[in-house]
Amino acid sequence: MSKIGVFVCHCGENISATVDCAKVAETAGNYDGVAYSVDYKYMCSDPGQNLIKSAIKEKGLTGVVVASCSPRMHEPTFRKACAEAGLNPFMCEMANLREHCSWVHEKGEATTEKAIDLVRILVEKVKYNHSLSEIKVPVTKTALVIGGGIAGIQASLDIANTGHKVILIERDPSIGGHMSQLSETFPTLDCSQCILTPRMVEVAQHPNITLYTYAELESLEGFIGNFKAKIRRKSKSLDEKLCTGCGLCTTKCPAKKIPSEFNEGLGKRTAIYVPFPQAVPNKPVIDRINCTYYIKGKCKICEIVCPTGAIRFDQEDQIMEVEVGAIVIATGFTVKQPDFFPEYGFGKYPDVITGLQFERLASASGPTLGEIRRPSDGKIPEKIVFLACAGSRDPAKGIPYCSKICCMYIAKHAMLYQHKVHGGKSYVFYMDIRAGGKMYEEFVRRAIEDDGVNYIRGRVSRIYEKNGKLIVDGADTLLNAMPVEIEADMVVLATAGVANEGAEELAQKLHISYDPYKFFAEAHPKLKPVETNTAGIFLAGACQAPRDIPESVAMASGAAVKVAGLFSQDELTREPIIAVVNRQAPPVYSSCVGCFLCISTCPYQAIEKEEIKNRNGEVIKSMAKVNPGLCQGCGTCVAFCRTKSIDIQGYTHEQMYTEVMALLNEY
Amino acid sequence: MAEFEPKIVAFVCNWCTYAGADLTGTSRIKYASNVRIIRFPCTGRIDYMLLLKAFDEGADGIIVSGCHPNDCHYTSGNFHARRRWIMFRSLCDFTGIDTERIKFSWVSAAEGAKWADIVNATVASVRELGPYTEYKKVAKYPEKEVSHG
Repeated sequence: MSKIGVFVCHCGENISATVDCAKVAETAGNYDGVAYSVDYKYMCSDPGQNLIKSAIKEKGLTGVVVASCSPRMHEPTFRKACAEAGLNPFMCEMANLREHCSWVHEKGEATTEKAIDLVRILVEKVKYNHSLSEIKVPVTKTALVIGGGIAGIQASLDIANTGHKVILIERDPSIGGHMSQLSETFPTLDCSQCILTPRMVEVAQHPNITLYTYAELESLEGFIGNFKAKIRRKSKSLDEKLCTGCGLCTTKCPAKKIPSEFNEGLGKRTAIYVPFPQAVPNKPVIDRINCTYYIKGKCKICEIVCPTGAIRFDQEDQIMEVEVGAIVIATGFTVKQPDFFPEYGFGKYPDVITGLQFERLASASGPTLGEIRRPSDGKIPEKIVFLACAGSRDPAKGIPYCSKICCMYIAKHAMLYQHKVHGGKSYVFYMDIRAGGKMYEEFVRRAIEDDGVNYIRGRVSRIYEKNGKLIVDGADTLLNAMPVEIEADMVVLATAGVANEGAEELAQKLHISYDPYKFFAEAHPKLKPVETNTAGIFLAGACQAPRDIPESVAMASGAAVKVAGLFSQDELTREPIIAVVNRQAPPVYSSCVGCFLCISTCPYQAIEKEEIKNRNGEVIKSMAKVNPGLCQGCGTCVAFCRTKSIDIQGYTHEQMYTEVMALLNEY
Repeated sequence: MAEFEPKIVAFVCNWCTYAGADLTGTSRIKYASNVRIIRFPCTGRIDYMLLLKAFDEGADGIIVSGCHPNDCHYTSGNFHARRRWIMFRSLCDFTGIDTERIKFSWVSAAEGAKWADIVNATVASVRELGPYTEYKKVAKYPEKEVSHG
């Protein structure tokens, strides 16, 4: 027989002004199983809580119903009070007399009756409550950071500086990401590499960071605090321990005409190569697709010239398994490539380039050593046109969103051009100037007012070549859509930023969701921007949406704090409001029939198949099993289960049916 | 004779509608007192058998409400609830259970006023429909005295 205590709170006058609290307490006192019922002015105050605690001890209460404010407000308070008095905290329920009754109804009998109903349904529910204990999950205090761009670098350093181990993987031969390709950064015009490369070196030298470049995530298993990741370390054809990074091999390699990825195809590299001089690690890899030895079976010049004998032509990919407690995804973005813009002649005319290519032209370490020279003949362009929103904000192109960074980098490009080419003329075609950010608007104004960049509000319909010039046909919508024709020497397209190649597959490996554009989805657009729906996996930077550098860094630090918070505990404590599959004695084992409908409905991949085997190892029953580390307690599986074999603690079938029945049947 | 006071049971999710109803309270917006809220973790948890049970036990009207599409605390529970609701509704229509008595809606944690409107509208429409005695006839339950008031 249950002994339930009912504690009705007046909340000063907040409840008692419209509800007859004494009557509620009196009525509740007459219910079956209620051993004690009382009303008090402030139940959440110390004397109020002591009233509950002493009643639990003196009357030996087995359940408590506090009828006061919303459980969203004081449930933790009263559960804690119960626990302090020796009652399992999950034997305490709250009836919401304030927000759902006294504040929203006029004073009267009907309001008091409603209050009595609300108390009764919780009294009946608490009879079916079970003592639950919080779930403890151990935490492996190592983080895996995927992607070595600025976001991944920042996240790795921040986590490592809190004293935790970090494994950073990067699929390219060097860390640095897109930021290492940039010339200067807006709105300060400081050199990108000057601020980035010290960070890259710090990553390589940090005692808490293990860096694997030329490596990709192969698969992931497990859950928060307990992930097992398989990492594919692609063969570099090199013994990294022996290589000193002298660079002799790269100077002697005969395959010299391979377009350089780092220079966006504007420069050339060799088959054994370091992507750029400041690369970290500064050791080469062999690009097997273009290497003469792998194509023709002979060459091996690098092996001959290598003073330490570090070249390994027979090296194979390695699969490495690591255990990590949290994951930060910082895989970044990419930009739309040529075939996307036939009307702009991208790919047809060599002097129509992307913004990223312009960055390389403007960069002191680029193919032209920082001089703005057009790719076709190396001439300095006298007239240059920048097109904003090349692909972005264009539903017809499938990219209705704004790529966010282009307005700013176009202003920067135009400015750099004006600084480097005196007397040159630059034009920007734009739809709107979106310069939201600290010092951003001022920066764009500087480009227009101080550096004399001509901003034309309008779109460009096509670009074609005539007499060695690129004819840009556009319209000026501020002049009543007057046609504008510019004979340019070079055109730069601010191509849309899109999700990285392979983002979809990566999301599937990590069991996280992504949006229609394949950017990874955050757990909440406002309040959980760096979390994903999978506990323990966090996002940083442009893999979530187009982001500029300050935002990526801020996100990375935010994700790092989430990881550090996770790692500050030896064990994770979780509310036991989770689903469980019933277990029965053999030979039944469970009423679960193994239809596994629950697996397909679970948003957290928390349900797995469990096989029960006999002594001979034969499978005699296949049933569902909930992983308590992953289950978030939504209960969707419970409503789906056809045999009612899965139930959710705290909201069981018994409890919910009891509530419905108690509500409508007065005593 | 006093006006018929319908009994309305509300099945709501903890994260949006329950919080929205809390906001109605903190904003002191008044609404009809005929509704009793039952809290679920998510609309995805709501087993529609519970709705039939509520009618069984004498409810005259039902509200099911959760987070707006794409706002579910658990990502997709409300989509499951919506799909199941569409199936359940056609089943009800087929078996003769009055679906006009069931109001399915989305109320976010910021829509305190909307919650009050939904309750008031449901109470008004169910009041017009009268006590739900037909269900018991369909289900061949013995008529039992259900007090309203």
